[in-house]
Parts: sequence; C-alpha cells; structure tokens
Amino acid sequence: MNPIKTFPKGGVHPEENKLSSDQPIITFEIPKQVIIPLGQCLGAPAEPIVAKGDKVKVGQLIATAKGFISANVHSSVSGTVNKIDEVMDHTGYRKPAIFIDVEGDEWLEGIDTSDTLVKDITLSRQEIIDRIKQHGIVGLGGATFPTYVKLMIPQDKKAEYVIINAAECEPYLTCDNRLLLEKPMEFLVGVKVIMKAVDAPKGVIGIEVNKIEVAKKLDEIIKSDKYFEGIEVQPLKTKYPQGGEKQIIKSITGREVPSGKLPIETGCVVVNVASTFAIYEAVQKNKPLVYRVVTVTGKSVKKPSNFLVRIGTPANMLIEAAGGLPEDTANLINGGPMMGKSVSVTTFPTIKGTSGILMLNEKDAQPRQVSNCIRCGKCVQACPMGLEPYLLNRLARQNNFEETEKHNIMDCIECGSCEFTCPANIPLADYIRYGKNKTGQLIRSRNQK
Amino acid sequence: MSNVLLWSLVILGILGGVAAVILFFVAKKFKVEENPLIDEVESVLAGANCGGCGFAGCRNFAEACVKAATEKQSLAGLNCPSSDMSKVAGLLGLTATVAEPMIAVVRCNGTCENAPSKVHYEGADICGFANTLYAGENGCPNGCLGLGDCVKKCQFNALHINKETGLPEVDEDKCVGCGACAKACPRGVIEIRAKGKNNRRVYVACNNTEKGAVAMKNCKVSCIACQKCFKTCPFEAIEMRGNLAYIDFTKCKQCRKCVEACPRGSIHEVNFPPRKPKVEAPAEEKPAEVIKEQPNESKE
Repeated sequence: MNPIKTFPKGGVHPEENKLSSDQPIITFEIPKQVIIPLGQCLGAPAEPIVAKGDKVKVGQLIATAKGFISANVHSSVSGTVNKIDEVMDHTGYRKPAIFIDVEGDEWLEGIDTSDTLVKDITLSRQEIIDRIKQHGIVGLGGATFPTYVKLMIPQDKKAEYVIINAAECEPYLTCDNRLLLEKPMEFLVGVKVIMKAVDAPKGVIGIEVNKIEVAKKLDEIIKSDKYFEGIEVQPLKTKYPQGGEKQIIKSITGREVPSGKLPIETGCVVVNVASTFAIYEAVQKNKPLVYRVVTVTGKSVKKPSNFLVRIGTPANMLIEAAGGLPEDTANLINGGPMMGKSVSVTTFPTIKGTSGILMLNEKDAQPRQVSNCIRCGKCVQACPMGLEPYLLNRLARQNNFEETEKHNIMDCIECGSCEFTCPANIPLADYIRYGKNKTGQLIRSRNQK
Repeated sequence: MSNVLLWSLVILGILGGVAAVILFFVAKKFKVEENPLIDEVESVLAGANCGGCGFAGCRNFAEACVKAATEKQSLAGLNCPSSDMSKVAGLLGLTATVAEPMIAVVRCNGTCENAPSKVHYEGADICGFANTLYAGENGCPNGCLGLGDCVKKCQFNALHINKETGLPEVDEDKCVGCGACAKACPRGVIEIRAKGKNNRRVYVACNNTEKGAVAMKNCKVSCIACQKCFKTCPFEAIEMRGNLAYIDFTKCKQCRKCVEACPRGSIHEVNFPPRKPKVEAPAEEKPAEVIKEQPNESKE
C-alpha cells in the first residue's frame, strides 16, 4: 500500500468514539408506515406523481425531480399511499411528504433483488449516468448533492481520478466502514462503474488509518483480481476533516481546488462510499435508492448499531431498536457530532442524507461558558481552508457582508474545526455559517442585477 | 536651554503660519457650494440614521427634502417618522402634511407559558441564523425566536426582550415606527401599524400560518383560522391570509367585536379603557358566548 498521506493545512483530531464499528449491519424491519419526504436532496424538492389510494411497489417512482439539481424519489416499500401531507423533519419545520401504508414487500419488476455479484458493466457511459439520474442517487455523505450532476463532465474537462471518500472522518459514524467490510466486492464494482461513467483511468479509495483492516482487505481483493486494475487504496492520516471533498483531493493528488470552482477543475470526481454502493445497485442491479445504512450511536446508548434502513422509517423506531433513548441524552443529532444538525423532534423520517443518529449525553453536550476572543489564533491554525475564522466571526456579527466576501467566507466548508478548537468556546461555525448564508444572498442578488 | 525653546517656538510658528496660508487658499479654491438649508434641516432631524424614511441616513433625507422643496415646492412622499416634520417644513417655508404616526407591533404571544419550550437552543444568538436551523424552541415555525435581532437594530432603545415572556416588548413612548425591527425580523413577526386613535389598537397577535390543528398543538393562543373574527367584523377589515387572520388597520374602526369573538384570545386590544361588566345587559347573547367559549378553550 502507499505511504500515508494527508492535507497540510489545519484540521483537528476529535475523540473518535467509533462505538459501533464492530456491529454488523442489521437489516431493519420494514415499518407499518413510511413517510417519504419530497425534499431529499440539496436542490428543489421533487414533485409527487402518485395520489392518495394508489398502490405502489418497492422501487416505484413516486416523485420526479424538478429542476437541474434535484433527484427522483422512489417508494421504499410496497403498499398504499395513505396521504400526501406535511411532516415535521429534523428541523421542526413541516415539509411535504408521501405517507405509505406498508403491505408486504413486493418489488417492482426488473429489479434484481438477489445477492449475486454482477461484474460485467454492460451499459454505456451515457446510460450509466441516465440510470443514476433515474434512480435518484444523491451524495449519501450528508450533503445530498445529486450524483449524476457530479458525473457529467464538462466537454473541455477530463476526469483523471475517481476518488472514493472512505475517510469517514466524523467521529461516532461507522456506516461507511461497515459497508466496506461487508460488501467489498459490490463496492469495488461500483468504483469501476463510476470510472467508466466519467472515463477516468484511475480510482483511488481514501481511507483513514484508523480503519486500516478495511484498507488491507480492499487492497488484497484489488491485487488478487485483474478486473479491479486501476483502483488503489490510499491510507490517510486520521484527521478531521479528511473526508472534506477539497481536503481529500489535496491529500491524495496534492492538487488544490481553486476558490469557487468545482473539483473537476483538478481532474477529480469525489464520491462517497455509500453512494458508490448505491451506484452499483442502481447500475448493475437496476435498483433505485430505497435504503441506506444508518449508524445509531451514542456513549449511553445500550446497543450502538448499524441498520440497513428503508428510506422513510421514523427515527424513533431506530432509536428504540438501539436500546431506546438514554435518560441522560442532552442532544440528539442528525448526522455526526461535527457537521450534523441538532434535531427538535425524534419522529423525523430518515432520508437519503441521514448517515447517523447520535445521542450525546449530558456530559458531552454540556453548554460551555462562552468568553471573549483572546486572539490566540488557534482557529486560524485549525482551519483546513486557510481562512481566518475569528475575523469572519467578527465581520458576520457586524453584518458586514462585503468584507466577509473579501475574506473568502464562501470558501468555508462549515466543518466546525474552528469552533472545536476555540478555547473561548465561541460558536464560531454558527456565526460563520450565518455570514456565509447572508453573503451568498448578497452575491446572488448582485448577480441577478 | 532657553535658546532651544525659543528657536523651536519660532520655527514651529513660521511653519504653522505657512501651512495656514496654504490651507486657506486650498479651502477657497476647492470649496463645495452647498445649500446651508441642508445643515439646518439635518439639525432638526433625529440623527439616528434609522432608515425609516427610506433613505440611507439623515443627511441624505435632508438633502432630498431641500431638493424637493426647491424644485417641487412640496414635501409629498417625504416623511421622517422619528422627528417633527412641521419643523422641517417650517425651515423650508412650507406647511407639513402630518403623516399618521406608526408603531411597531409584535404579532406573537407565544410566551413561555402559552407556548412552552420543547427543545433548548444553544448557539449564535442571531434570529436570522436560528431561523435557518430549526422551527423554534416551542415548535412554531412562524413565531418569535426571542434572540433579539429586532432589539439590536432599534436605534431608539424602544425594544427589549422581556425575560419572563421571552418576547420583545415595544416601548410606546420611544418607538417612532421607523420599521428597522420589522426589516430585521426573519419571520416578519413585527409589523408597523398605525398608532391609532387615542393610541388604541386592535391586532392579531399571531403570525402562524399552519393549519388550525397543527397550530393548536404548539401554542395556546395561536390563530387557528376559524374565521370567527372574519365573519364578525362589520367593517370588512379582517382578511384571511392563508391560515391567519389579518386586521387591516386602515379599515378597522376599533369596535372590538373580533376580540370577543376570538376563541383563542389571539386578537389583542391595546390601551382601551377596561370594559364595562357585562352583567348590565340582561340575558343577551354575548355573556353566554363568553362563558361557553372558555371550557372549549381548555378542552383544546
């Protein structure tokens, strides 16, 4: 294997707490009713094409993408559409969703539900991308950016590397790790599919060294089979945010994505592990994105687990299955502790972007005393993008968005390293996120004029 | 010793003199001719740069006033909510058309008691940011977040967050109705309304646009769009905006029938004298209605 690589600037190393890394993926029971939100990707919510009372099968298209950055939504169960109504998502806001009452588990014809590995890629480049688009694959790392948009390489660009983001740098989360351990062959075929889709000669799987067994296992498989030629495993230093798109490109290729540009500028396409698996299933098995692996974890949780969950399963069912909500839970997070969002309700439905449900105990979630900035500069050292978080924080509080733009606030990846390292406990990432939001509005309004 | 002192005095004096002469001629040469009226007008303005007039600052407003007075001989469309426009008009030799005084109104009554918190928020104390993260501690997606963006924006110290209710309160004496708070609120909870006759106002103290059944869950005093007020109003001053009743202050005659009709207590009346006890009316419909509605409310 190659020597360990990393990105040079910034980063932090929070406690890993990978409590569920030894827990095999359990296929979660299909609930009596699933609630499938229409907005499951970064862009515009999908438009429903079913009505109340309609019978649907697993994998049937129930809502179509609206606009360029949008993804199709498929039924994750078979049954009857109960209603199309609003449901409280993890933020507490009500969003439109399709409620389906489950009856049996009948898949749509043409979907290969067997476990046999399909190695031969029969589809052409364009067909692969169309399939990925049809089957509603989005970035399953949490950003939920439609994958087909990523794979459409502009005419004047050429993809050299397909980088598979297996860093899983978020503490607590283990869903990608387990998927790699349990479905390595399927995953590797998925890498091949992406390589074919973007016509890239090389595929690199970036894995943090705290998961070295997985890296070794993948490396063995690749070396033992000629079919996987062109793929290599690259161990990366255990450092947050190693799994950031720009960071992993820098770590592996040494190239830097220019400010405000997309990764394709450096000849790289970065795809997450779960997305790669979903791409395999979509392209080789004709299976739309109807389930995903969700890590349910926390220090006080009785059985930290990895569940293979149908999209739309209410989160409280997963929490119940992991041993119930611990009494000392102070903060429930959708995602990992660094970039996940605190939730207001436990009943929110799991969506494509739900990678984990984390229950932080009182000790870890304790509010810390916020004091004034002492200009120690730790945040500047920690920022992997080379920004000045203390300054952006100050400017954002002053609502001075012309200045924040000049200081490149739009390059912030919102990883929260600055906040993690701040000795004064200032919620830097919050203020910067606010500033980024407002600066974005400012730029958009200027562009419209 | 005294020599050094003397020389430095002489040299600095000469330098100063020369500089003064240069500055004098430069100032004469590059003098900007400005209407002295602008300064005078600006001096009678509040000087808070609140933006209530629609201009960037008081100086810009003064310039606009003088320009309008010299060109059009009228101050139509120009109004400073925070200062006496008659003074401005007097300086410009015109008579002022007095605009109706306005005031900020908080259209949310989701106090800690009426809408108990379900979650606790920690993080940046900016409503505009919290609004993007979650629906609010009490779960109402349209209600006040209580982090005080409006308070920070107020130039007149007329707003403060009441610790007990967790809601902003408007100081009627200080508020000039400039609208800076209304612009700052990410949810549009604050509305600028006419101050009203004798300072009396009737308004819907709710901003929730959810369906009735949902709105009921989070807050005891939310508008549930039952339309009782809409049907009661004899002046057609109430309109239903989605699932929310809105009282048009230009049409409202302050009869307060809607206040009585509202089963949720969402419609507030301000600065009215206490109502006469209803006992006087012998066996009329109204008292019965009031009594009937109370158990309803507790059931809900």
